[in-house]
Amino acid sequence: MKRYETPPEFRVRIDKDLCTRCKRCTMQCGFGVLSYNAEEDAIAARHNKCVACHRCMVYCPNSAITIERNTHAYQDSGTWPVYLRERVYKQAATGGVLLTGMGNAMEYETIFDHLVLDACQVTNPSLDPLREPMELRTYLGAKPKSLSFEMVKGRCDLKTCVAPQIRLETPIVFAPMSLGAVSLPVQKSLAMAAEMAGTYMDTGEGGLHAELYPYAKNIVVQVASGRFGVDEEYLKAAAGIEIKIGQGAKPGIGGHLPGEKVDDQVAATRMIPPGTDALSPAPHHDIYSIEDLRQLIFALKEAVEYSKPISVKIAAVHNVAAIACGIARAGADVIFIDGFRGSTGAAPTVIRDHVGIPIEIAIAVVDERLRREGLRNSVSLIAAGSIRSSADAAKAIALGADAVAIGTAALIALGCRVCMKCYTGNCSWGITSQRPELSRRIDPREGAVRLANLLHAWSRELKEILGALGVNSIESLRGSRERLRGIGLDKTTLDIIGVKPAGVGY
Amino acid sequence: MTYASEGHIPSGCAIAALIDRSGQRVPGSVIVQLMASMRERVTDLGAGYAGYGIYPEMRNYYAFHIMYASGAAQVQTEELLHRHFYVERDEVIPTRQVESITDSPLLRRYFLRPTSIALAEKRLKDDDEYVRQTVMHINADIDGAYVFSSGRNMGVFKGVGFPESIAEFYRLHEYKAYSWIAHGRFPTNTPGWWGGAHPFSMLNWSIVHNGEISSYGINRRYLEMFGYKCTLMTDTEVMAYLVDLLIRVHELPLYLACKVMAPPFWDQIDRMDEHDRGTFEKLRQVYASAAVNGPFGIVCGYARGMFGLNDRVKLRPMIAAEKGDLVYIASEESAIHSVCDSPDRVWNPRGGEPVIAELYREVMV
Repeated sequence: MKRYETPPEFRVRIDKDLCTRCKRCTMQCGFGVLSYNAEEDAIAARHNKCVACHRCMVYCPNSAITIERNTHAYQDSGTWPVYLRERVYKQAATGGVLLTGMGNAMEYETIFDHLVLDACQVTNPSLDPLREPMELRTYLGAKPKSLSFEMVKGRCDLKTCVAPQIRLETPIVFAPMSLGAVSLPVQKSLAMAAEMAGTYMDTGEGGLHAELYPYAKNIVVQVASGRFGVDEEYLKAAAGIEIKIGQGAKPGIGGHLPGEKVDDQVAATRMIPPGTDALSPAPHHDIYSIEDLRQLIFALKEAVEYSKPISVKIAAVHNVAAIACGIARAGADVIFIDGFRGSTGAAPTVIRDHVGIPIEIAIAVVDERLRREGLRNSVSLIAAGSIRSSADAAKAIALGADAVAIGTAALIALGCRVCMKCYTGNCSWGITSQRPELSRRIDPREGAVRLANLLHAWSRELKEILGALGVNSIESLRGSRERLRGIGLDKTTLDIIGVKPAGVGY
Repeated sequence: MTYASEGHIPSGCAIAALIDRSGQRVPGSVIVQLMASMRERVTDLGAGYAGYGIYPEMRNYYAFHIMYASGAAQVQTEELLHRHFYVERDEVIPTRQVESITDSPLLRRYFLRPTSIALAEKRLKDDDEYVRQTVMHINADIDGAYVFSSGRNMGVFKGVGFPESIAEFYRLHEYKAYSWIAHGRFPTNTPGWWGGAHPFSMLNWSIVHNGEISSYGINRRYLEMFGYKCTLMTDTEVMAYLVDLLIRVHELPLYLACKVMAPPFWDQIDRMDEHDRGTFEKLRQVYASAAVNGPFGIVCGYARGMFGLNDRVKLRPMIAAEKGDLVYIASEESAIHSVCDSPDRVWNPRGGEPVIAELYREVMV
């Protein structure tokens, strides 16, 4: 069968002069690439197992290791790029669905990279965030259309009752990543960072581990189609509850955490027996319609006595605007929209790369449709799925999001190299592995500081952007598409996202 | 009447206002003098005035001041007015030839009120709402017609020219008002259109504005949710609609409406007592998209008074003064001194802190 195998993607080069045979690299690699060959007194590499995660390279005390792309020549073909040929070899050999991790790997145009922000010159002053107040505080939750007041004994009292809100000190939250998909130290890092930065992390669908309860006021808990880990205590502990309908990386697809990854810890948190497969059905089997969703929203509101917002998370699909309006009408307080570049712990490659629409378009059409339906105040919008920088965050907010969520960016802050092998459970950085010798590589205290640093840095950059725009609070940018211009976008796309081309003034 | 090509033109300005709280009427020459001393701040590209109490004999009728670019627009508009309104009087707005003003549109005024049939057809009980919808409809849909004043016992006079020329053109010294607001414009481009001058007015509200709204994009989209069509692409139009929405439609107390437009900072709110913290927290949460960000100084006139307001970090000048029953607001202190010898009090209002001056409670107008 050897003749059908594909050549290794990467080559691990070890400089024999620099290498001291300390063997540290052999311990660092989670994928079993490196081993020590005593006969030859050398480190041997099984190149075909290398995923280019750099762990060995980073931990080599003598910088003796280089990872290279294995550039082997194929005959050129515009129709048959190499990766498609290699997928055919793999599927011909196994008959299986190809799995992958992380977000969309195809080179679709990124609309964020075709949008530019405005700044003030002369006629209105820009503001200096180092000298003047600059506000990023954001509240997520349903707001009434108006407030009414009454005068009581010369004092103006608020009569309107406002639904519960989640307070964020920065409009950036952590995207849902379940225990199982990521390791417990990663979730702890996220929870601690969320507390430090005044934002929240999201449990994903894997339940809330006992060690995370102390951080619950900065945690949103998910109720997904598998209902893993859901009980009264779980719902009551959290800052908010999220019904997970879909995920940007795999819209319409359920989840499958293989039994091998369900150790005692994951089992206890998910409330299933150890070693059993954790299957999340593709749909919720009690939600086959918008009215069914309404029942679940209100069942959860009843369970927590209307004390916290209920969010509904959906993937950005073609009809997202109408779906979002339905969700708003069904009583959700927050809608989390995950674009087609959003990441995953495991998904069929064909789904990850080919299903859904970009978050830039989704957030724009949802914001606009909610406004036209007079529903925009009744829900907050979170945009996710490839928020890669504070610039992306600012642009998403200008297009209409109340806040953005980051998943991959947070994992990169913890060392992730985006090797896309999350589903293997071998993550050398300990991020997506449940193997204790790997997962303990994340020190939650150190991880939390790195994540909090990232949020702090992006928040400061957002303040710089606001200052240049001449506004001193984030709500003056939210939905203000007038401050965006498109470069190199076609007219239809510009019309759909409500942005003028560069060169057009106000 | 839409002038898309004009676009959204940032401008600097001089603003001035005065009110006699006892209801005594002050001649237009006083407000013209206030403006004249701020010539450095203005150009000949736009000026205007609003006077309250100028039509006491017609106080029960809405006074529509309308600009027509063509006779056809006039025919179409008058047909609409006569169909839905009882028109008490219909006349040319008296003007005088001024050498520097050569391109004035047709200017007419109508004293009218909606017929009960018209109200019933629209299922409206409220005259004001009917008038508002009519004004928005004419301005958006009748090409060449623009209603620039639609309140009762008040009127707006504006056009393209220096403040003194516009006053002379409209014979402003012949009117007397208990409250006046005025504006002179320093635009970055030539507007070439009379409707673009300030004050911008709707019903009894009139607004003069010095500034550029950096949050224009979201304020406009917010107003669209409530059925306001921003046709002029000007910041001031947005200001006027916000005031109308917050105070007339949502019935927010005036002070809180000002706090929506120029909200206190979160760290100030965090330090408030529980009652106020609750109020302002909710106010900012609910009205986030109505917050006006960027430099502005505005004066807003209404039937019983006026208020002046700066953006919350005071990026544009605004001075207030008081002498006896009179209260003055102006972009420059010197302007106030030019019409008021030794005021009792002169102060520089803090950013976001409104100056509210109203007729005394017992004064009937």
